[in-house]
Amino acid sequence: MIVAELKPLQEIADSVAQYGKVDVVACGGCVSVCLTGGLKSAEELRRELSHPKYYMGRPPLFQVQSIQRQCEKDFVRSYFTPSPGTGAVLSMACGAGVQTLAEAFNKLPVIPAMNTTFLGSLDGPGLWTEKCHGCGNCVLGLTGGICPVARCAKRLLNGPCGGSSEGKCEVGGHLNCAWHLIIERLKSLGRLEDYDRLFPVKDWSVDKAGGPRSLGRLRPSY
Amino acid sequence: MKPRTPSYLEKVLASGHLAVTAECGPPRGSNSNVIVKKALGIKEYVDAINVTDNQTAVTRLCSLASVVHLKLAGLEPVLQMVVRDRNRIALQSDILGAASFNIHNILCLSGDHQSFGDCPDAQNVFDIDSMQLVSMVRHMRDNGRFISGDKINGPPKMFVGAAANPFADPFEIRAARLAKKVEAGAEFIQTQCVYNVEKFALWLEQVRQRGLHEKVYILAGVTPLKSAGMAKYMKNKVPGMDIPDGIIKRMAGVPKKSQPEEGIRICVETIERLKEEEGISGFHIMAIEWEDRVPEIVERAGLFPRPRVEQ
Repeated sequence: MIVAELKPLQEIADSVAQYGKVDVVACGGCVSVCLTGGLKSAEELRRELSHPKYYMGRPPLFQVQSIQRQCEKDFVRSYFTPSPGTGAVLSMACGAGVQTLAEAFNKLPVIPAMNTTFLGSLDGPGLWTEKCHGCGNCVLGLTGGICPVARCAKRLLNGPCGGSSEGKCEVGGHLNCAWHLIIERLKSLGRLEDYDRLFPVKDWSVDKAGGPRSLGRLRPSY
Repeated sequence: MKPRTPSYLEKVLASGHLAVTAECGPPRGSNSNVIVKKALGIKEYVDAINVTDNQTAVTRLCSLASVVHLKLAGLEPVLQMVVRDRNRIALQSDILGAASFNIHNILCLSGDHQSFGDCPDAQNVFDIDSMQLVSMVRHMRDNGRFISGDKINGPPKMFVGAAANPFADPFEIRAARLAKKVEAGAEFIQTQCVYNVEKFALWLEQVRQRGLHEKVYILAGVTPLKSAGMAKYMKNKVPGMDIPDGIIKRMAGVPKKSQPEEGIRICVETIERLKEEEGISGFHIMAIEWEDRVPEIVERAGLFPRPRVEQ
């Protein structure tokens, strides 16, 4: 699941203040599931952003629309028509959705309302936590199903570092030490000997270091 | 163990003497005199001097330039390198740079997380980890190859060290973790500061059971406490630091102006106690911004004069 959270309202208001009319466009995908960018959230954002306290002059006129999946060009083109006279689109999707919208409407400014944060899972009511970094070369089979790349603050493949204390990461008291979790999990699996394995250096060329990545038979155009 | 590099520190250790190293922190500015002066002040009392690499993630004069200054001043430096700030290209390049100045010791570290330092908004690198750095330097030295497999014209000749923190968690894997560092190629270890001697001895027992003390030189780390306040701060704020309440009580139990002396006394007693432990090959004194007290500690701990080993 891609998790995204709303930007500060003043920042959003500042970015749309120059337009008379703005379409607030919700996304029915991941951000809808993590309760930050779906239709209901878009209605709430419209109400909040219409308040004059955020503006020097008159607030823009906001209209809410929704696209099932903003990251798919076909959905965007087939099911979304900007409202007449709209000056800009305020997207509540993740960064992929914002860019898909921008590509589909090259004469219309598309502005993000969200900060896209991580790939995560639902750990408790309303609590999403980062689980995957999308590194392109999964090591979970060797680390007891707990990812050191996404969950260790130093991305150590041979952890834990000397800062692990009582199960917590040196970065902050609330953060669990991923390597502590890995060791506990290996113990309960009866596979602590897996810890003795030295991980070789990682190939980051399949991570972001290699440039933008793609999947599929067609060659990407970028 | 027969020396494999031109490192003087390695020769001292190989000759069977208890080695003494100390740590000097570079200044937050470009005046190299600061570090050279600190180092010259302790020259006769140590076998090698570590220079920290932007410790606690606070930007300072770089360790590479600092060790070059020490080398040019006739000292034996240990280049500390963290993987937080450099990728494998920069690390290998800096290692060659150090080797070009005949720097023969390196200590491979992860580095404190940048959130502790002066640039908490910085991106970190962590392209490789400290164990992989150990293995990379050994590969460069022993196989004369870069990590890519390309041949190095004039490989570095470095004695390769790593850190160990017996006090971090989970305790049960701390000896196993040392075994991994030894497998990666670590030849000497400098430990986290020892205050909890009992726990350290327990770790050392596990290390001996695995026979690791016969494969790697272990230098126990010590840091003299300047005050009870410093002891409390380190206990509560420094990650991976284990200061028993007894030590804090002892520091707090003497008047403030006698606390530095009490701190030195604890440090000397710790060294004396650890000298008896099988598997300890020396001591690493990290007198934080208190380097001028290193000679006194070395003398009082019975580690002076330093041996003169043929180079």
